[in-house]
Amino acid sequence: MEKKIRVPLFHLAKREELSKKKKFIIRIIAIVAALLLCALLTALATGINPLEVYGSLVGGAFGSVRKTWITLQDLSILLLISVALTPAFTMKFWNIGGEGQVLVGGLATAACMILLENKIPSVLIMLVSFIAAVLAGALWGLIPAVCKAKWNTNETLMTLMMNYIATQLVSFFVIIWEVPKGSGKIGIINQNSHDGWMVQLFGSKYMLCIVVSAVVTVFMYIYLNYSKHGYEIQVVGQSINTAKYVGINISKVIIRTMLLSGALCGLAGMLLVGSINHTITTTIAGGQGFTAVMVSWMAKFNPFTMIPCAFLIVFMNRGAGEIATNFGLNPSFADIMTGIILFFIIGCEFFINYSIKFRKMSGGRS
Amino acid sequence: MTGFLSFIPRAVGQGIPLLFGCTGEIITEKSGNLNLGIPGVMYVGAISGVIGSFFYENSVGEGSMNAFLAIMIPVLCSLLGSFLMGMLYCFLTVTLRANQNVTGLAMTTFGVGFGNFFGGSLIKLSNLDVPTIALSKTSSYFSATLPFAKNLGWFGEIFLSYGFLAYLAIIVAVAAAMIIKKTRVGLHLRAVGESPATADAMGINVTAYKYFATVLGCMIAGLGGLYYVMDYASGVWSNDAFGDRGWLAIALVIFTIWRADIGILASILFGGLYILYLYIPTGMEHMELKELYKMIPYVVTIIVLIVTSMRNRREDQPPASLGLNYFREER
Amino acid sequence: MEKPQAAVSMRNIVKTFGKGVYANRDVDLDIYHGEILSLLGENGSGKTTLMNMLSGIYYPDEGEIFINSKPVSINSPKDAYELGIGMVHQHFKLVDVLTAAENIVLGLDGALDLNKAKEKIREICARYGFEVDPDKKIYSMSVSEKQTVEIVKVLYRGADILILDEPTAVLTPQETKKLFEIMRNMKKDGKALVIITHKLAEVMEISDRVAILRQGKYVGTLITKNTSPKEMTDMMVGRKVELGIERPEPIDPKLRLRISNLSVTDAEGIQKLKNINLDIYSGEILGIAGISGCGQKELLESVAGLQKVDSGSIIYYDDDGTEKELVGMDPVKIKELGVALSFVPEDRLGMGLVGDMDLSDNMMLRSFRDGKGVFTDRKSPHERAEKIVKQLHVDTPGIETPVRKLSGGNIQKVLVGRELYLRPSVLMTAYVVRGLDINSSYTIYDLIVFQKLSGTAVIFVGEDLDVLLQISDRVCVLCDGQVNGILDGRKAEKSEVGLLMTSLAENHESVSEPAYAKTGSDPEKEGGN
Repeated sequence: MEKKIRVPLFHLAKREELSKKKKFIIRIIAIVAALLLCALLTALATGINPLEVYGSLVGGAFGSVRKTWITLQDLSILLLISVALTPAFTMKFWNIGGEGQVLVGGLATAACMILLENKIPSVLIMLVSFIAAVLAGALWGLIPAVCKAKWNTNETLMTLMMNYIATQLVSFFVIIWEVPKGSGKIGIINQNSHDGWMVQLFGSKYMLCIVVSAVVTVFMYIYLNYSKHGYEIQVVGQSINTAKYVGINISKVIIRTMLLSGALCGLAGMLLVGSINHTITTTIAGGQGFTAVMVSWMAKFNPFTMIPCAFLIVFMNRGAGEIATNFGLNPSFADIMTGIILFFIIGCEFFINYSIKFRKMSGGRS
Repeated sequence: MTGFLSFIPRAVGQGIPLLFGCTGEIITEKSGNLNLGIPGVMYVGAISGVIGSFFYENSVGEGSMNAFLAIMIPVLCSLLGSFLMGMLYCFLTVTLRANQNVTGLAMTTFGVGFGNFFGGSLIKLSNLDVPTIALSKTSSYFSATLPFAKNLGWFGEIFLSYGFLAYLAIIVAVAAAMIIKKTRVGLHLRAVGESPATADAMGINVTAYKYFATVLGCMIAGLGGLYYVMDYASGVWSNDAFGDRGWLAIALVIFTIWRADIGILASILFGGLYILYLYIPTGMEHMELKELYKMIPYVVTIIVLIVTSMRNRREDQPPASLGLNYFREER
Repeated sequence: MEKPQAAVSMRNIVKTFGKGVYANRDVDLDIYHGEILSLLGENGSGKTTLMNMLSGIYYPDEGEIFINSKPVSINSPKDAYELGIGMVHQHFKLVDVLTAAENIVLGLDGALDLNKAKEKIREICARYGFEVDPDKKIYSMSVSEKQTVEIVKVLYRGADILILDEPTAVLTPQETKKLFEIMRNMKKDGKALVIITHKLAEVMEISDRVAILRQGKYVGTLITKNTSPKEMTDMMVGRKVELGIERPEPIDPKLRLRISNLSVTDAEGIQKLKNINLDIYSGEILGIAGISGCGQKELLESVAGLQKVDSGSIIYYDDDGTEKELVGMDPVKIKELGVALSFVPEDRLGMGLVGDMDLSDNMMLRSFRDGKGVFTDRKSPHERAEKIVKQLHVDTPGIETPVRKLSGGNIQKVLVGRELYLRPSVLMTAYVVRGLDINSSYTIYDLIVFQKLSGTAVIFVGEDLDVLLQISDRVCVLCDGQVNGILDGRKAEKSEVGLLMTSLAENHESVSEPAYAKTGSDPEKEGGN
C-alpha cells in the first residue's frame, strides 16, 4: 500500500570552516599523493627506482648554481603573473587573459628597444620600455573590463580571445623586425649595444626579476589587505549587493582593478623581454598566463601563499624537464606531471569545502 | 576560379576539426559546463587514435591491414581517450564541484602535454630521423573519398573530396542542433544549463545531464583531433602541429551563439579565415600582413561577444549558469 | 458521518527547523474537492511550510497525510504530481529563455511533441479561461503571465489539488479579479484549491472556508460566509501579548524627514510605492506595518539612496533647520552631505554584512573611506568591533571570525552595533528581530529605544504587530504601496492595524496621530526657534 520512503543514504553539505591546520594537512596529503603517482609514472616510463625520481627532480631544479638561479627566475616570473592576476580574481573577474597581457607588455618593450636603439641613452630606453609595457598591459586589461562594466560581457571568453589577438600582433611585428630578413625570428635585440637591456642588480642578471616580483608580491599583499581599493575589491568580489549598500561604484572598481592587473602583467612581459630573453616570440609567455590562473586560485588569492604554489609548479616543471632530458623522454613529460599535481590539488578542495553526511533520521528532508 | 576551387576544400579541411570541437563544446556548455579543457581533449583524442593505429600498423604490417579495423581501432581509441578526459572533468567539477576554469586549464596543460609526450615517445619508438610519425596507410583509409568524386569536376572537388569523418562532423552537428532544439532530452539539457535549480525542481537529474553532455561533448571534440591528424595531416603526427585550434573551437561556440547548425558554416568560414592569409596577395615585401589576417577570427569573435552582450537578446546569451557549479542545498 | 470524502487530510503534522524551532505543530487540515480553502496567517505562521509538505519540498517530522483517504508519503515534487497535487510557489520555477509550452512540459517523459502539447495547453486555457501564448518566452512575460504559466503547468500534469502561495501578492487588482474568475472555474470543475494569503478582503471574496494558522499552530477553520474580517483578524493575530518594552515619550520631537509624493517602480515595472507622504520626527519611533512586499523595502531604500525614485522628494531637516534633498543621492553622497543615516536591511548577510569577512572588516564597510591616504584605518574598526562585542554581548570566538559563522542573533547584534556606532540622526531597521531568540530580540529593542532617547528619528519596519504597537510612537500602515493610515502607537488596536494592512481604507490616510505630529508639522516655524 504505502510507497516505501526513499531517502538517500548520504548527502553533501557545505562544511563548517576547517581549522587552518586541517586544511593544510588535506592539501599536503593531496600533494604527497600526487608526487607518489608522478614518481610511479616516471618509474614506469624510465625504469629508474621511484626514489631516484625525487633525486632527479631536485637535481633538475637545484643541481647547480646556474640551475638554481634559473629556477628562482622562473619562479619569480610565474609568481609575478599570478600576483598580477589576483586582484581581478579577488573581485571574481575571471581574467584568463594574462598570457595576452604579458605578450603585449613584452611587445611594447621590444618595440622600445628596437626603435630607440642608439637614439637615447640606454637608461632612458629602460624607462620608456617600462612605461610602454605597463600601459600596453593595462590597455589589454582595460578593454574586457569596460565591456564587462558596461554590458556585462562574459570576461572569461573575452580575455581568452584577447590572448590570440596579442599573439598575432606579436607575429606581425616579429616579421617586420625580423633579423635576418625571411628568418621569421628577431634574434637577440641590440646584441652589440645592449641598449635597453634591463639593469643587472647585485651583479647578477637574475636578480632584477626576483627583486621586482618580490616587491610586487609584497605590494599586492598590502594593497589587497590594507588599502581602501583592496577593501573595495574584496567587497565587490564577496557581495555585489553589499557593495551597492555601502555606495561602492562597481563599474569603477572593475575597470580600475583590471587596469592594475593588466599593467602588472605588462611588467612581467617587460622582464621577459628586457631582462631575460632580449628577444620576443609569440611563445615567450609560455602558457604562464594560464598556469598563473591556477597558481592564484590554488593559493586562495593570497600573494604570499602563491610563493610555495608557484614554486611547486616550477620545481615540477624543471625537475621533470631534467628527467625527460636525461632519459630521452619528450619534454612534455613535465606538463603531464604538472597536470597530475593540479588535478589532485583541485580535487582536494572538495574535502575542504564539503562534508559527506550520512543520514540518521529516517524521512528527514530539511 | 582555380584559386577559389582549391580554397574551398582547404577551408573545409581546416574547418572540420573546429566543427567537431565546436559541436562538442556547444553540447557541453548547454549543460552549464564551460570546459576550457577542450584544447587538451582534442590533443588526447588525436594521440589516442594515433597510438591505436600505430600499434595496429606495426603489428600486422602495412600490407595486411584490414580497412574496417584500420578505421575502427583509431576511432575507438580516440573516443576512449576523450571519454576518460570528459569523465575526469566531470568528476572534478560536477561531483567534486571544483572551479571550472581552473579544472579546464589544468586539463589543457595535461592534455597537450599528454599528446606531445606520447607523440614524442612513439617517434622515438619508430626510430625515425624526422620528428614525425607517418601513418600513411591508415590515413589513406580515413581520407578515402567516394570513387566517382574525381569525375565530377568542381562539384566533386567542393562537395565530395573529403574523408568520411568530415561528413560525420556535419551529421553530428546537424543531429546535435536537432536534438538540442527539438527533443525532450535537448529541452531538459537547455533547462539544466539555464537554471539547474528549476530543472531539479521539475524532476530532471541535473548531475546525469551534466555528466552525459560533457562526456559526449569531449568525445565529439576528440574526433576533431583525430580528423586533423588522420585526414588533414595525412596521418603525420608532429608535436604541437595541432596548435591552438582547440581555443579557436571555443571561440567558434561564441561566434555561433551556441547553435550547432550555424557551426557548420561558421567553422568552414573560420577554417577559411585561418588560411585566408595564404590567398590574400600581400607581395613578398609585406608578409607581415598575413599575420594580421590571422587575427580576423578572434577579432570577429570578440565583436560577436560584445554585440550580443550589448543587444542583450536573451536567446543569444551564454547559458545562464555557464561556469557555475550546482549544489542543491545552496538554493 | 455524512461528510464527503476529503481530497487531502493532514493529521498531527509537525515540522521543525533546527532544534526546537517549530514551523508547524500538530496541524490538522482537510481539503475537499470543489471548494476553495483559504489558508490565513501572519508572516511566519507556517502556511507555506505546511503546503510545502504537500508539494514534496519538505517532509514532515511527524504526522500523516491522506490523499482520498489513502495514506501517502510525498518525497519529491514528482511524487506530489503523481498524486495530483500541484503547487504554484511565490518564486516561480520557470526557465526564462524557454517558451511557455516548453516550460510546461519540462521534466515530463516521452517524446517531445510541442504541437500536441500546445493543443492540450489551449484546451486547458479554454476550459478555465486562461490567456497564454504557448510560444511566448518567459522573459518577455509580465508577472501575471508567468503565474498563469505556472498554474497551467500544474494543470497540465493533471493536478486536481492546487495550492497557490500568495498568488495575488504580485498582481494588479484587475489581474487578481481575473485569477479569481479562473479559480471559480476550476472549483466548478471539481478541483480542490488552497490559496495562501493574508489579505482578508480576498479571503471573503474567493473562499468557501478559511483555515487559520498562528505561530505554526492550527487555530481553527471557519465557514467564510458565517464569519467577518474582525473575527478572522482576532484568530489570526491572537490576543494582545504584553511584552514589556519600554516606551518613553518622545523628547522634543522635531521634523527630521519629510517624504512627499514619493513614487517608485521596480525593475519589473511594478509600481511599489504610490504617492507616499510621510513625516518622521526626531526622538520618535515610527513603526511601519504592512504585509510583506507592500513597499517597505522600497521606502527604506529610497531614503538610503539605494532605490531609483520615479518622482517625489525626501527632505532631511538638520538641527539648524537646513533642508537637504536626499532623492538622487547615493549612500556616499548622503554621508558627504553630513546626514548620519543608518540602515539595518532585511538581508543581513547578503546586504548589510559580508559573510566571509570577519567582525573587524565588517565594521569597515561604513568607515573604510574615512581618513586621508590610500590605506584603510584598521585599528579603529578593530577597537569598535571589540567594543560592540563587549557592550552587546556578542557571542563570538573572536574578532577575526567570519560573521557568517555566528548565530543569527549575534550577526544582527554586529550589524545593529555597527549602524548605531555611526551616531545616526536617522535609523532605519527592517525586520530587525526576524529569526532571533527572545533575549537577543530584547537587546535589540533596548538599543533602538535608547537610540530614540538620544534624539534619533527611528523608522522601524516590523512584522510582529504586538512588538510594533508596543515600541512605536506612531504606526504607519502601508497597503499596496500606499499609506493606508497613521495611528498613535499608544492607542491603536491590533485588529485596527490588521484591517488597515489587509484592505485599503475608503478614506485612506485615516489619521489619529499623537499631538506633536499634528501641531509641529511646519518645519519653517520650528527651525526658527
